Amino acid sequence: MAAMPSIKSREVKIVHDIPISRTLKFWEGLKEGKILATKCKKCGKLYFPPSADCAACLSSDMEWVELSNEATIETFTHVVVRPTTFQQEKPYTVAIGRLKEGVRVLAWLTGFKLSEVKVGMKAKLVAKTTTDGRLTYEFTRPE
Amino acid sequence: MNKVAIIGVGCSKFGVRNDVNVAELTFEAFKPSIEDAGITPKDIEFVAVGSTGAGAWYEELLPAVVSAEYCGLTGAGLARCEAACASGSAAFSMAYWAVASGQVKIAAALGVEKMREIDTPTMMEWIGRAGYYLWEFHNFGLTFPGYYALYASAHMAKYGTTEEDLALVAVKNHKYASMNPIAHFRNRITVDDALSSMIIAAPLKLYDCCPVTDGAASIILASEEKVKELKIDTPVWVAGLGYASGTANMSKRLDYVGLEASVSASQMAYKMANVSPDQLDVAVVHDCFTIAEIMAYEDIGLCKKGEGGKLIREGQTEIGGKIPVNIDGGLKAKGHPIGTTGCAMIYELTKQLREEAVERSRQAPMKNYIALAHNVGGTGHYCYVTILRR
Repeated sequence: MAAMPSIKSREVKIVHDIPISRTLKFWEGLKEGKILATKCKKCGKLYFPPSADCAACLSSDMEWVELSNEATIETFTHVVVRPTTFQQEKPYTVAIGRLKEGVRVLAWLTGFKLSEVKVGMKAKLVAKTTTDGRLTYEFTRPE
Repeated sequence: MNKVAIIGVGCSKFGVRNDVNVAELTFEAFKPSIEDAGITPKDIEFVAVGSTGAGAWYEELLPAVVSAEYCGLTGAGLARCEAACASGSAAFSMAYWAVASGQVKIAAALGVEKMREIDTPTMMEWIGRAGYYLWEFHNFGLTFPGYYALYASAHMAKYGTTEEDLALVAVKNHKYASMNPIAHFRNRITVDDALSSMIIAAPLKLYDCCPVTDGAASIILASEEKVKELKIDTPVWVAGLGYASGTANMSKRLDYVGLEASVSASQMAYKMANVSPDQLDVAVVHDCFTIAEIMAYEDIGLCKKGEGGKLIREGQTEIGGKIPVNIDGGLKAKGHPIGTTGCAMIYELTKQLREEAVERSRQAPMKNYIALAHNVGGTGHYCYVTILRR
């Protein structure tokens, strides 16, 4: 079938400057190899991803706490068909792991063959700086 | 709250609709809906438009004003509703409340989405961002098939649901889409076709995923007084409406074997309508991915938790089974124009309840004349459940 007649819209390039001033310690912690969460000083609720305000009691009096590295994988997927900005990456595995503190983390899972990945297995959560300087964290094989 | 009836419905052809722009596509659904109701655009006092991709996958930022002007609706109260893939249901709810409150006598809910004006990786990018961009997309590039694959892996691990069970959902929905002239896909498939299709986000394969579809739907709602005045012969009444939401972060959900928002929204709708799941004659559920249909069976009470796989294996959700589900082809094969879907579900159920399904082969037998629509937004971020009764 012949393409339907159309006109091209004007091209825009979109890049957002996402403020991180209120969670800056988290991003700085990643550079030092630490995974930090926030904890509400008023009600004790622990937040990961870190939150500068408490959704449970609406207090903004939060403290930073370092999380353990021990995770249990609750579920996972292996993403083959990738979005535009991930076209340069090889297919990747994304998992959700529960840390012993009770919070869950969603991140890439590396260092395993896909056939080895199982719900309920143990993984280690580590901070990482990518080769292009992006700060992130991932699950990997426990020592 | 006053009684509210559906008095007119319209739906465009679903598919790759590069022959029309967003306003023209809306018109294609809107015109038959007002002809069905026997009214003119000037009779409509309030219009709610469900659409998600404004400015992202199609060029217009304000589709409500563009479509309303094009359909002769300028002057009516107007808003666009966003509840991700449940935007159509959010629009339907807003129109319902406008009439139920007594403030207006006639309202319209329009759903419209134009998804095929951009390339597929960019579409994967936009939809992947539709969760919590900062924490789950920016570093991790989760796609929508990926999010639902997280549910599939967990459901399989906990309940022994298999890839074949998922394939059966696709086979069923393609079968009914083949009987539905407005469906995006008209081809029947086999379990082997589904199982041998390419991996998109493991364990989900191509045939586990709904297509990227253009389409529009239009629903006209009216008060009881207007139903009498217009001499509507088969009004379909809104008997129940339930709604709920889930966390933006997938990592904060209670578990990955069901959607909490679906459970809460369906219980709210059953309570308002004073009906139980076993009284339903037909249902449409949110099957953006095959696993989503299996979880929906469980979450809205068509079977017990963990028995969704068994329900599809036994053929209980086919016509002739316990409860026919997605016999319009579902999102899976009829197509899922994101902001349209909620209105397209109401279109289908209204046709079913009036016993005027387009082809007799896919008319559900009616006993109680009660139908349910279950529409999820995002990965369980939003849920709307609507119960209709003739």
